[in-house]
Amino acid sequence: MSSMSSYISGVVQELPPSGIRKFFDLVTQTEGVISLGVGEPDFVTPWHVREACFYSLEKGYTMYTSNLGLPELREEIAAYEKRKIGVSYSPADEILVTVGVSEAVDLALRALIEPGDEVLVPEPSYVSYAPGTKLVYGKPVPLLTYDADEYRLRPDILEKAITPRSKVLILPFPNNPTGGIMKAEDLQALVDIIIKNDLIVLSDEIYAELTYEGEHVSIASFPGMRDRTIVFNGFSKAFAMTGWRIGYACGHPDIINAMNKIHQYTIMCAPIMAQMAAIEALRHGEGEMRKMVDNYNYRRKLMLNGFTQIGLSCFEPRGAFYCFPSIKNSGMNSEDFCEKLLKEEKVAVVPGNAFGNCGEGYIRCCYAASVGNIEEAIERMGHFLARHRKG
Amino acid sequence: MELDKKVLHLIENDARLSAKTMAVMLDEDEEKIAAIIDKLESEKYILGYNTIINWERMGNDGVTALIDVKVTPEREVGFSRVAERICRFPEVRCVYLMSGTYDLSVTVTGETMQDVARFVSHKLSTLDQVQSTTTHFVLKRYKQDNFVFEEPQEDKRLVVSP
Repeated sequence: MSSMSSYISGVVQELPPSGIRKFFDLVTQTEGVISLGVGEPDFVTPWHVREACFYSLEKGYTMYTSNLGLPELREEIAAYEKRKIGVSYSPADEILVTVGVSEAVDLALRALIEPGDEVLVPEPSYVSYAPGTKLVYGKPVPLLTYDADEYRLRPDILEKAITPRSKVLILPFPNNPTGGIMKAEDLQALVDIIIKNDLIVLSDEIYAELTYEGEHVSIASFPGMRDRTIVFNGFSKAFAMTGWRIGYACGHPDIINAMNKIHQYTIMCAPIMAQMAAIEALRHGEGEMRKMVDNYNYRRKLMLNGFTQIGLSCFEPRGAFYCFPSIKNSGMNSEDFCEKLLKEEKVAVVPGNAFGNCGEGYIRCCYAASVGNIEEAIERMGHFLARHRKG
Repeated sequence: MELDKKVLHLIENDARLSAKTMAVMLDEDEEKIAAIIDKLESEKYILGYNTIINWERMGNDGVTALIDVKVTPEREVGFSRVAERICRFPEVRCVYLMSGTYDLSVTVTGETMQDVARFVSHKLSTLDQVQSTTTHFVLKRYKQDNFVFEEPQEDKRLVVSP
């Protein structure tokens, strides 16, 4: 077959392939693997939510919805965000239902970024912000976060990175992969800088419910921040609905309207059955969600304790469902470590550099796994470290 | 009390969790968790530990029957005396007092249908307070105590995802 790669646009050619993809292939070729490499809950969507979806199909809800999403769903989202972060959004024009938060972030970047605009992206963080920025000819500017700062974004690091082209700041907290969170005082320290430099904040709060110390605080709740913040959330993590692909954005009507313009030409609307299920999740799902959160918290402690026992130094994650331990004393880089760990002990974890260069020297381990698997994986990792520890 | 409940919730679905593991999960001392379990056991909050076994798969063809029993309540003790009496038979697995058209629901297991029939005709029906019985034999078990019998418990997630 002749090569067609010269037809591919320059910007796409230059996008690096996801570091996770390569590793995924390796893991699927190995048998008997305990995987701590997943990025999703180990719970199946609660039955009442699945059942609500069947019921809606039985009643014949199989059509398009309003571009913004079903009005009942937007009302539930407005009530939910008001309860959770204390900010009011109008269901009429300040909420857009999307195909996962991924679509919503993409829409926001496309709606806001002119070629050459700079997007400030904390690192390590979820894999899609920098590629999403490059696809609209923006420039991603990494803001490094550190183990020693508990992976909070420091105001001096933000301030130093700002240039006249800086336009958007992404705040992905609670953070995948580090488990870092931003408490009220950490956010307060950023607010003046954001306002002074006229930045728009994309606050990706998909892990907000999975906060284990205090309550999640959104930067949108600070004075002067509501209109310059877009809050993203969805159902994937807290309600165990990853495969439904449903999320939403809340913000100023001008921005939501601009995002909706792109959404209506490209996606039209999120699937109606997922929207129906989401209504059920918001109306009746919080009890079950709380139980799942408690369950993650138990296993968070189990994994953290296990890592300490085997001599893997790890910042105590306070959100999401990942531990992000340092593997620097193994003398290996992240990718070598993960490959060898997979081959020798059949434990799959994700190399930290998949989440930005500053994740080098770390691995991401997901504790949305059974207690038995977590304990077994830690034992195997202990053997591995004992063999490979340097100095 | 709050901690007692947390311990109970944890072992309700996995009785094999060790005190050590639970201590880590709950941020408590191992000794403290072990003491709580001892206390819950000795005070009969924890009555025992069972295993849910798919005996059919082992080729065991024992039978289970649910028996609806109508009884005459007695002065002062109501249904309790006869219920407690029924509980003493080793072939009786569960006894519940029910609302509705009958009074006690009794679950009985035996090697054969004849065993169960004999229990009903000889032991149960002959009790003075028992007015009538209706016996239903279990044909197949689909779910018991949260466990679905034939469903494979596989992890359907991608092994690695961002």
